[in-house]
Formats: sequence, C-alpha cells, structure tokens
Amino acid sequence: MSGPNTDYDPVEVTPLHAEEVERTRDEALTAFSGAADLAALQEAKTVHLGDKSPIVLANREIGALPPQARKEAGQRIGAARKAINDGFASRLAVLEAEHEERMLDTERVDVTLPWHTPQLGARHPLSLISEQVADVFTALGWDVAEGPEVEAEWLNFDALNFQPDHPARQMQDTFFVEPAGSGKVLRTHTSPVQARSMLTRKPPIYVICPGRVFRTDELDATHTPVFYQVEGLVVDEGITLAHLKGTLDHFVVSMFGEGLEARLRPNFFPFTEPSAEVDLKCFVCRGASVGNPDRPCRTCGSEGWIEWGGCGVVNPRVLQANGIDTDRYSGFAFGMGLERTLMFRNGVEDMRDMVEGDVRFSRQFGMEI
Amino acid sequence: MRVPLSWLREYVDLPGDVTGRDVAEKLIRAGLEVETVEESDLTGPLVVGKVLTYENEPQKNGKTIRWCSLDIGKDEPQWVVCGAHNFEVGDLVVVVLPGAVLPGGFAISARKTYGHVSNGMICSSAELGLGDDGMHGIVVLEPGEGTPGDDAIELLSLRDDVLDIAVTPDRGYCLSIRGVAREAATAYGVELKDPADLTLNGSGANGYPVRVDDAEACSVFVTRTVTGIDAKALSPRWMQKRLLASGMRPISIGVDVANYVMLELGQPIHTYDQARLSGEIVVRRANAGEKLMTLDDQTRELDAEDLLITDDSGPIGVAGVMGGASTEISDATTDVVIEAAHFDPIVIARASRRHKLSSEASRRFEREVDPNLPRYAAQRVADLLAEYAGGTILPDETVVDTHPKPAPVTLRADHAARVAGAVITLDETVRHLTSVGCTVEAAAADAVAAPLAAGVHAPALAEVGATTVGSTHVEGADLLTVTPPSWRPDLRDPNDFAEEAIRLFGFDNVPSVLPAAPGGQGLTVSQRRRRRVATALVGAGLTEVVSYPFTGDADFDAMGVPADDVRRTTVKLVNPISDEEPSMQTTLLATLLRTAERNVGRGANDLAIFQTGLVFLPKAETKPAPLPSVAQRPSDAEIQSLYDALPDQPLHVGVVLTGALTPTGWWGKGRPAGWADAVQIARLIASVVGVEPVVKNVELAPWHPGRCAEFSVEGTVVGHAGELHPKVCQAFGLPARSSAVELDLDALIAAGPESITAHPFSSYPVAKEDVALIVPAEVAAADVQAALAEGAGELLESVRLFDVYTGEQIGEGKKSLAFALRFRAPDRTLKENEVADARQAAVQVTVDRFGAVQRVG
Repeated sequence: MSGPNTDYDPVEVTPLHAEEVERTRDEALTAFSGAADLAALQEAKTVHLGDKSPIVLANREIGALPPQARKEAGQRIGAARKAINDGFASRLAVLEAEHEERMLDTERVDVTLPWHTPQLGARHPLSLISEQVADVFTALGWDVAEGPEVEAEWLNFDALNFQPDHPARQMQDTFFVEPAGSGKVLRTHTSPVQARSMLTRKPPIYVICPGRVFRTDELDATHTPVFYQVEGLVVDEGITLAHLKGTLDHFVVSMFGEGLEARLRPNFFPFTEPSAEVDLKCFVCRGASVGNPDRPCRTCGSEGWIEWGGCGVVNPRVLQANGIDTDRYSGFAFGMGLERTLMFRNGVEDMRDMVEGDVRFSRQFGMEI
Repeated sequence: MRVPLSWLREYVDLPGDVTGRDVAEKLIRAGLEVETVEESDLTGPLVVGKVLTYENEPQKNGKTIRWCSLDIGKDEPQWVVCGAHNFEVGDLVVVVLPGAVLPGGFAISARKTYGHVSNGMICSSAELGLGDDGMHGIVVLEPGEGTPGDDAIELLSLRDDVLDIAVTPDRGYCLSIRGVAREAATAYGVELKDPADLTLNGSGANGYPVRVDDAEACSVFVTRTVTGIDAKALSPRWMQKRLLASGMRPISIGVDVANYVMLELGQPIHTYDQARLSGEIVVRRANAGEKLMTLDDQTRELDAEDLLITDDSGPIGVAGVMGGASTEISDATTDVVIEAAHFDPIVIARASRRHKLSSEASRRFEREVDPNLPRYAAQRVADLLAEYAGGTILPDETVVDTHPKPAPVTLRADHAARVAGAVITLDETVRHLTSVGCTVEAAAADAVAAPLAAGVHAPALAEVGATTVGSTHVEGADLLTVTPPSWRPDLRDPNDFAEEAIRLFGFDNVPSVLPAAPGGQGLTVSQRRRRRVATALVGAGLTEVVSYPFTGDADFDAMGVPADDVRRTTVKLVNPISDEEPSMQTTLLATLLRTAERNVGRGANDLAIFQTGLVFLPKAETKPAPLPSVAQRPSDAEIQSLYDALPDQPLHVGVVLTGALTPTGWWGKGRPAGWADAVQIARLIASVVGVEPVVKNVELAPWHPGRCAEFSVEGTVVGHAGELHPKVCQAFGLPARSSAVELDLDALIAAGPESITAHPFSSYPVAKEDVALIVPAEVAAADVQAALAEGAGELLESVRLFDVYTGEQIGEGKKSLAFALRFRAPDRTLKENEVADARQAAVQVTVDRFGAVQRVG
C-alpha cells in the first residue's frame, strides 16, 4: 500500500476520477446482471468485488490523496461500492430463487402412494360404547363402578332380592362355579356392582357400571353366553320414579340425539319395585313409520319405539340388605345390553360378529362409533 | 300364556270393534308382556251346510270320493267333491265357498277335479285352523248347532286373535284367563264377570278321606267326587277349540275338563280314578327309597324333600308337579275324584327343579295360585263333568284349609305419590288399589305405617301416625290399611302397592326430572390409564378384539404349558357351555391365540390384535362364599368373607402379532413382526402408565425359550413378551415366528405414579460421548447399560445402545455393544476433563462387573 504522498497531485489519480469510478461500477453491474447462474455470478463477484477488483484497488488509492481530497473521493468510491454490492445481492436473490424453484420442481412426488408405517388400529365397538356411556354419566357427576366377574352368589342374587327358590332366580340361566354349592357364580348381570357400591359407599350414591356378564345361552344371531351390560344406580334422599325418567330421557338424548325420549312399561324385576321396561323413541323414524306402510322403518320394525332395557325404583328390601336406611333414602336403577344397543344403533345384524374377534368387525369402527 | 280373544270377551265386556292388537297394547301399558298377537288370516264365505245327497265314486287311484249336494241356505244345492267318509245324509258340516281364504293363505276357487266341478269343499278341523282333532275326517256339527247358510266363522269363532303373554314371576294369577280378564277389565274400565263366581253345592264334609301331614307345604286340599261318567265322551267342540287355541291337545273328557278349568281359573287340577285309589289320601313328604311312575311313564326316585300325594298303595303323585300312572283316569273310569289344592311355591319349585320336570301345574304353583280357588275350581270341574260326561256330582266334599288370610298392610296414604314423584291424589290411589282387588280403609288412629321393607323397624312417623281419621271412609286419611286380594300374594310391602297405583295412574303421566348428583371426580386413575393404554395400542396399529374367557386342557396343551404349571389350576364351572372348556382363563393368551387362529383361518395373515380382560386365579385355599341373611346389612366380617371367597381377578392385556409388521412395497422389502416388536409393545404399555419395568430373558411357555422377556416392577413379575414357541405357532395354525405379550395391567397401573412432578432441565450445552464395549455374549445389554448409567453418575443425561456387533474381529463368545452417552450439568458448561472422567467411571463399572474391554477404532 502506498503511503501518503504530499507531492502527488490528487487530480492525477486516475482510478478515482468520477468517470472512471462510474465506469467501474457500471461494468460490475453489467457483469452481475449478465451472470446466467450462481457459478457465473460467483465468478463475476471475484472479478468485480474480489481483492483485485478495480473498485477495491481504487479504494486503496484514497489514502494517497491529500487529506482535503480524501472525503470526496471516499464518498464517491463508497457509493459505487454499495451500488455494486447491492447489484450483486439482488442478482444473487434472483438466481437463488430460480435455483430453488428448479430444484423443488424436480422433487415432485406422487402423494397418493402408500407407506409402510403401521396404519391406525381399532378399538372394539363394545369398548367404545361402554366408554361413551361412562362419559355421559361422569359428565353428570356420577362415578364409574366396577366389580369382578366371578361373583358371590349372595351379591348376584340374595342382596338383590332374588330369593333362593324364586322363579326369577331360575330365569337367569346361571353358570355356577365348582364345587356345586360354592356360593359363587359368573355374574348374570352387572347388578352385583350395585350391591358392592351400596356396601362400600355412603349415600348419595350415583354410579354407572358397565361390564361383562354371563348366561348359559348358546351363541346364535341374537344370543351369546357372554355379553356386556351397563347399569346405573342412584341412592339419595327423595329419589323418585320421576328422577329415573329424567335420567333415562337424558341418556336417550345423549346416545341417540336431541328430541328423543324414553318410555316406561310396567314389568317385574326382583330388585326394583315399581319396575319397568325402557323403550326408546325410534331415532330413525321418530314414530313416523307407525301405521304408515309407505314409510316402513327397519330399525324399530315400524313400532315407533325400540325395547332397550329394564329399570325401576330400588326395592327397599334391596336397600335393607345392603345396609341403606330406607326411612331416609330411596333409589332407582336401570340397565341395558350393550350388544343390543350396538345392534340397533349401529346396524350390527349378527351377534356373532361381536364375539368372534374378527378384526374386520372392529376395523369398521376405528376409534369412533 | 296363550289367550284367545273370544275367551277373554266372555268375562270382559270389551268394545265390539277392538282387535287383539288393541287389547295387547292396553295390557302392555298395564304391565303384561304380550309377546305376540296371532291374527287369523281366514276370510269367508264359510257356511254351515246340510248334506242332502252323496254318491260314492271309486277312482283309478284307488280312492273313493263322494260327490255331494249340500243345502247352504240357498234355492239351489251346492255341489262339491269330498274325500272324507265320516258323515251321513242330514249331517251339518262346514263348507268353504269359492272366494274364501283358509288359514295359511289357501285361496278357494271352483275347480275341476275327479270329473266334476267342485264349488268349494267340506272342511276338516285342521283346515279351519283348529288343529288336528283326531277325527280323521271332516268336522261334523252337532244337530241343532247351526242351520244351513249360517256364517260358520262366527258360529265357531274361527277368526280369533290369540295373545301370547310372557307372565312375569310376580303375576302368577295371569297364568289364567281369569287373571288376564281382570287386567283387561281394569284397562278398559269395565266390569269383570268373574268365572270363579259360581255356586258351591258341596256339603263341605264327608268327601274322599284326606289327611294333610304337612300343612305348611299344603295349606288347602279340596276333593269332590263325580260318579258314573262316560269317560269316552268327547269334549264339546268349543272346549276343544279353546284348548287347541291355548296350545293344549284335547285328549279325553276327563283330562280336557281339568285342563280347561286350569286355563280358565288358574287352579291346577288333578283327577283320580276312584276305583284305582286305595284308602285315605295322605299328603306327606317322601320317605327314603320311595319311587313313583309318573304320568309320562317315567319312574322317578323320590327325594325326602318331595311333597307327595299318597294312598295305601304308596305314592300316587308328586304334589303340584305331576300325578302317578297307577291312579290315572282311563276310558274305563266311571267315578272320578277331583283334587284342587294349594301348595307352597318353594316346595313345588324345588321338586320341579329336582326332577327336571316343569309342568303346567308346577309353573302355576311356583308363582303361587289364589288360595281361595280350590273349592270353586273343584266345583267347576264337577259341573263340567256332569254336563258333558253325564256324571253325578256327590254333595260330599273334603275341605282342608289352613291357609292364612291375607294380612293387611298399613302405609302412608301418599306413598304411591312419593315413590312416583307425581301428583297422585288419594282418590286415585284408592281407586287403583281397589281395582286390582285390594280392600282399602283409612287406618285406625293408632296405626303405624309399615316399614318400607319388611324386617326394618317401623319408623315412628309421628307427624302422621297420631292423626285421627275416620274409620269408615278414606277421604283425607294420612294412613291407609290395605288388604291385598287372595290372588295377589306378591303384594306385601308398601312399594308393591305403590307400583299397582302408579302403573294404573300411568307411567307416562309421571314427570321427567333429572336429579342433580353431587360433584363427581371423573374416572379413576386406573380407569383413565386403561383407556390410554388402549388408545396407544390402537395408535401403534393394533386392533382390539373380544373373546370368551372359557378354556380347557386343549388350550394349555397347545400352548405347551407343563402339567404342573400353576396356570393349569383354574376356576371351573359346574355347567360349562362345552365340557372341553370347563375352566375360566388363567391367561388371556389361551383365548386370544384362538381368536388369532380364527382370523388367520379367515385369511388375515398379518395380524396385530390385543384384548384386555380378567383372568381368574384361584386362591391357595378355596372357601365357599357365605349366604348371609338379607334382613339387614351383613357384618363387616361377613362381607369380607364374601370377598375373600372369590378368586383373584386381575385385568390383563394380551397382544398377538403374526406375519408382516410392514409389507413389502415400493419402499423396499417388508419386515416381519418379531420378538422385538412384542417386547417393544410391552415397553410401550409400561410407559403409557408411567412405569419403567426391568426386563430379562426367561424361559416360559408358550414363548420361545430363548426369546422370552420377563417384565417386572419392583421385583414383582408383571408379564412376558416375545416370540412364540414354534410348536405353539403350529398348534394354533399361526405363521412361523408369531409373537405375543401378556401383562398384568392392574399391577402395572398400581405401580405407576399417582401424579407426575416436573423437574427443571438444563439449558447448558450437551457433551456427547460414544463407547463400544466387548463383553461375553451372554451378558444382557440392559445390564451393561444399567452399569454404565450407574458409573456415569449425575452428569449423565441419557444412554442409548446404538449398535450390537459379533464377528471374528472380537472373537467367539463375545459381542460388542456400542452406546451413545450424553452428559450435561444443570448449572454450567461441562469441561472436557469432567466429561472424560465421567465416561471413564461409567466404563469402569462395566469392566469390574462384566470384564468389559473397550473397543478402539
């Protein structure tokens, strides 16, 4: 680098002439805009912005000027350098964008192709519907109660007012556990969970009990020896049949849609008095098929109502056997078969599909019912 | 119970235009389970005809037909061809004319047959839908039963709807036309013409001698005697028709009358041939070794608990269940002894079960029969025998009656309204209770309401108990005294009466009120985590299935479970669905592998299934479960012994993987599911519930002895995972190298944290170090990893195995394990020497413990 030279005539330093600086700048800008690709631009950058480039060399000459001339020359060179740098940067941006666009274009794929990571499996619809029922009632503040499947006969029958030789006890087609007289059975309904709830909890009791139960039926299109039920039990002060109806109406709407309701028909169960069968207003035809042969309904058989389960006011004898003060408390209970619910709610036609474990059955449902 | 509408109409004045369906609808609303309504598809014209002439005409096919002319009330005779010969000129017959449709949809038209045009036909009983009457020919009416041209459909009540009612155990009285008629009368608000309301003409004494030794089991025993009957007489056609419509076959006048009265009134009847009885009838329990041949010709060994009807010859009937063959009435019988008795429901139920003999009589006695009926029923039988079999009724009558009168129950006058949560006025309550046959009075001033459940000490009810009310009318009464009718022994508790009032008030009229529960706590931790396990497994591509929990030796054999394995000790059923599968599963895999087998058999080779379910593990000592009293809450000790008697029933989760995990495709070669996938799924389940299990190699059926991982938590084994033994795959027809998992989900969840506490994490840089260690081949990678973690100390953030190598370079019997270690301090950037020291300390533990050698380069 040249040191200061006071004898040197600044006007005679050619590279710092205004015209010369402009020319250098214009040459650089022309070269950049003429670069066809990133490699050519890099080459032009070396020529016009590199260590040996005219503008850099010119810059070095500024020091040789007398101090009074340096400012003007510095400004001139600085402006030119900025213009060249800007020219480079804008061309670089253009070329990079073009490059990226070309590259992405070559990377196009067929997004419809399959892939090998495992597909989503499926829940069994009986599990899904149990959980949905549980959710309806936990949202009301109820608890989900559970119990064992091999159950004490006392809890399955006696505690629920099924007396030892009463025909109702014989109607249940019970599996007995060896040895005969062991006092143990496969529970014939989820009702022993009600007894367990009353024996272990203090009122107010609001529980829903989904579970697997057993009766000695042969498997066919509408029967299975192993099936699922859900039962509800409430024991509280001042509980009435009206509360049972209100709960069932809410349950029907939650499971089948707005505007539907439950209907009670008197019946007999040992553990409730009064007892009733629960019908559900047909959620498909909403009664429009009744007496209307032009609009038959497969779901309800044009009856307008679908048989759903049983219910009633808890028989005070049941409360008594389970240690609930019958002067103070009353209760209601209801129960439904979940297979049957799936059959009419989701159009399952054959009970066997639900128990044979064919994956194709579960897979139809995935994670929703 | 089958109820012909025409029979019902005899006792209930139903509106003329109601159909079987209408009545069924009303009865259903009143609480009877009407299962079906059979509606006749018969349409006329069907008329009474009088045979004017007939010609026998032999045919080429060997048959002889009759070419008949009939008077059907028109100017010209009707000419028809008939194949039957059981009629003569002048007989009245039933003629179906062209245009009619007979039951079963048989349309009748004039047609050419046997060289004539037959304008209709003469009908048999079966053709009219009355069933086979055993006549082997056409129906011949009694002289005067009709006149030619009469509508035979109306005359013979041919177009009758039949209601089939499933009678619930509390409504025994509805196993009779009388009982159903009572419900129908109430439902339509009309009077009941009680068929039991008939004149008794017995003397109440001197009947056939009877001694009842067990008055509790037999509280009423009535006999009447009818002499000189013609046992060969045919039952009247109307009776046969009703029996057939009710599902019973007419047999003989003696049997038919007994059955008819049972259907009509609900009182089972037994008839004896007096000539075959010897000495006094004694009702007693059986003696050891006694035998009886019952009417179905089976010889039955009697149990000491059986209640018997006996005479000097020994047992002549199992009371209330079935009579004996030796005293049965026959065609030769002339004198009949009629038995109408009341037996204890439990005694009959047990005998019926013991002898596996459910009869029309036992079904009724089990549900309890009106104890006031026997004298009326015996009278009715005697009347019918006298009228249709030509017998003479003796005035002598035996009446043993020790049955207690129905006890009155005092209850709050507003009890029904309180149970219903509806406004049911006192008037309505009284009206409804009265209509079911109760006697209702205002309670005496000092009465106390019955406890809600019998056996509970009566509440003081001071606010109502002391109220003075009139004694003869119930208006304004606070307490009612209600006496149930004799046919409703099920009405005992205040709620029983409430049910009657509410069902007649109408369940539809009860309002709908959603009760407000106190705040709940949502799902329990266990319930929540079970759902998450299932969701995670589905996310991993597994499909949930269900299967029956029944198993047997064949399953254990197929699984290669050794003879002395604890899993073969099972809870067994007395009455399994299949004798091959008498046990409840002790492992989910027994049934899950069968499910896998079924799926593979249906063409699903690549299978990833799971199931959750209980397994049933007998306790070391099995005790029977007690049956404590239901009069009060069992003691805590009794409740505990109920629970203790049950087997352990933990919830397990099982998984079976077969075939390819990933298929071969455009991405390259597929990968079979293997032992490592099974182990990984087990690890996944553990991590979902927040548990870090200890894993080690073990040998256990049904897994491959070298490829089975045991999972344990805090020293307790919680399950296994790995590849199935080749023989097991073969036995279940699964693809080779299928794998399986079974974990005790309850135990895993119990070992999980109640909740998670957050820890701070460092924002200083990580230092990464790799280390390769040569160890003996049998050393488990997990153990080496644990040793590294132990030695590396607190600075270690994570350690991960990333390579396993065996080969010549490191020598036989050895393997090289490469681990990536990450170090980080919570409060500073680590210095090089700190990291080197920690790494060295980690390696040193493996050197000391396993003789590990660091592999360099």
